[in-house]
Amino acid sequence: MLEIKNLHVNVEDQEILKGLNLKVNKGEVHSIMGPNGSGKSTLAQVLAGRESYKVTEGEIIFEGKDLLELSPEDRACEGIFMAFQYPVEIPGVANTYLLREALNSVRKYRGEEPLKHIEFVKFAKEKMKIMDIGDNLLKRGVNEGFSGGEKKRNEIFQMQILEPKLSILDETDSGLDIDALKVVAGGVNALRSPERAFLIITHYQRLLDYIVPDFVHVLVDGKIVKSGGKELAYELEDRGYGWIEEEKTAANS
Amino acid sequence: MSITLSEKDNGYIEGFAGFEKTAPGGSLGWLKSIREDAITKFSELGFPTPQDEDWRFTNVAPIARGSFDILQNGQGKVSASDLKPYQFEGEQINELVFINGRYSTELSTTARLPKGVIVLNLAEAIDSEQDILEENLAKYADFKDEAFTALNTAFMEDGGFIYIPKGTVVEEPIHLLYISTSGETPSITNPRNLIIAEDNCQANIIEHYVSLDENIYFSNVVTEMVVGENSSLGHYLLELESKKAFNISTLRVQQARSSNIRSHSVLLGGSLVRNNVHPVLAGEGCDSLINGLFMSTHRQHMDNYMKVEHASPHCDSRQLYNGILDGRSRGVFHGRIIVHEDAQKTDAKQTNRNLLLSDHAQIDTKPQLEIYADDVKCTHGATIGQIDENALFYLRSRGISKEASRDIILNAFTNETLESMTVDSVKNYCANLITDWFNQRKLAQKS
Repeated sequence: MLEIKNLHVNVEDQEILKGLNLKVNKGEVHSIMGPNGSGKSTLAQVLAGRESYKVTEGEIIFEGKDLLELSPEDRACEGIFMAFQYPVEIPGVANTYLLREALNSVRKYRGEEPLKHIEFVKFAKEKMKIMDIGDNLLKRGVNEGFSGGEKKRNEIFQMQILEPKLSILDETDSGLDIDALKVVAGGVNALRSPERAFLIITHYQRLLDYIVPDFVHVLVDGKIVKSGGKELAYELEDRGYGWIEEEKTAANS
Repeated sequence: MSITLSEKDNGYIEGFAGFEKTAPGGSLGWLKSIREDAITKFSELGFPTPQDEDWRFTNVAPIARGSFDILQNGQGKVSASDLKPYQFEGEQINELVFINGRYSTELSTTARLPKGVIVLNLAEAIDSEQDILEENLAKYADFKDEAFTALNTAFMEDGGFIYIPKGTVVEEPIHLLYISTSGETPSITNPRNLIIAEDNCQANIIEHYVSLDENIYFSNVVTEMVVGENSSLGHYLLELESKKAFNISTLRVQQARSSNIRSHSVLLGGSLVRNNVHPVLAGEGCDSLINGLFMSTHRQHMDNYMKVEHASPHCDSRQLYNGILDGRSRGVFHGRIIVHEDAQKTDAKQTNRNLLLSDHAQIDTKPQLEIYADDVKCTHGATIGQIDENALFYLRSRGISKEASRDIILNAFTNETLESMTVDSVKNYCANLITDWFNQRKLAQKS
């Protein structure tokens, strides 16, 4: 589904990703872990199409298409979704309005009819239950005055509505209490299917107790330096990242 | 006979001498002395210059240098169908129509008013409602220090007169529609509105300035609104003057105990526009909302001067003023809050947000707090920015096109102003004006 080859990315003239390779197949859940500043969020932003992140080398192929040629909106319509680490507040735009506009944009791209208001409400209600989202959150401005947990739940709620092929969660678990974490994980698990894939960027192994990954990758200094199964996450939790960085230095010398 | 006003050859004074002979109520002593005081004050004050602190960012030289006719008769050219675009859909309305500053009996309707409510044009009220006028007219708007108010007061002849007796709810809005059809030479009108609500009243009043031509003219407006105890009034100013017109408007509100007012301004037209909103919260426990939106483009200049005066304890005021500036336009927001010594427990808040759509647009925003009481809460905040790139990316990342995302963000900005409008038909009318403004902008960009 997704293939990233030798990806180099600059942010404000500083190279953050330095030759990253990653392959994600349908139905798989990949977790990307790594210390602060290793380039995890940069990867998420580049996949979503943030223009201030400059790709200097490499390629990203998504479902046979050159992703780097597509605008952020076309990527979303092709089925890529990023849950923001810091969701943006947009006062004056009702949450429901955004959801409906987004869903109908995606449907239009696929050549489908827009959903009628009543159909949309019915569809959204089911998803609201899963994500423990109340009516009041729908009527308010997008993320306006939401608590941290509400913002993150709202991101996954949007993901539920758009039903993307590839979902990227950028530190969605950071700052969540255990109840909110369970709701977020429940939202992800409800969407898991053999047709969909997930890229879960996280700092902590804790989320992976609830969303069990097929693969865990360790990102250090702009490259994936180690990959393994879910047990790698536990090892990182116990031992930190130091030993991997040492391994890497040893291998280089 | 036509009267021409200009600074050349003492034109304002001589023009006044001619005007006074035929002015409505010219034989009434009290009115005559107000007008004469006002022209004297005006000739002393002269037009303001950028050296005056209150006019620092607005140069009225194009008005001062100009020469304007007082039109004797511009009626008859306007028919009922010309009014249609300026009327509010689905609204049974009480409407006074003024053509080039003068009342049109044929085009006006005031049939749907509750008992005791008087809605007349000022020229007629000068004859029939002398007592109320003598007690209130020119008692609030300061013609001794403000040149444009002095000019209006000297030359006032017509406008809206609204009197609402004690305990009356006027359900349907009262619409004062000013239409300009000015000719080839620049003209001046001095609309003068007086709105009086006794205690426990409720009403909504809309002042609306439009043009059927793209000519040069000058609307110099003064409105006095006297609000009785526990009354609740909504006031709307919709300014859609011609692209070449000058509009200087002053709304002076006097609020008695526990009254509440909502002033909404939407400024879209004119080349040089100044909107003064000046409520005095004179009684205890008053509430004032000053809500506004100005949208400027090309070389328009829009100056918004707020003066919120807290004179009694336990009053709340809110100023929410948004601006969108495009082209080479220039905007000014001057938000003054004055808290008098006795006005303890004042809660005053001011927010001015500006969105610059072009690199050549410019905004000057200035808060000014003068606080003489010691137990008050006053806050102010101003922002100036472009469209938020983070918000834009967020919407696009959800599948919404760049253009649609921009529209959503701009509409959110203008919706902040529309939200607090309580007369739905007027709110929808304004929403359409805003949509048209954005559509015109897009058309201009494409061509």
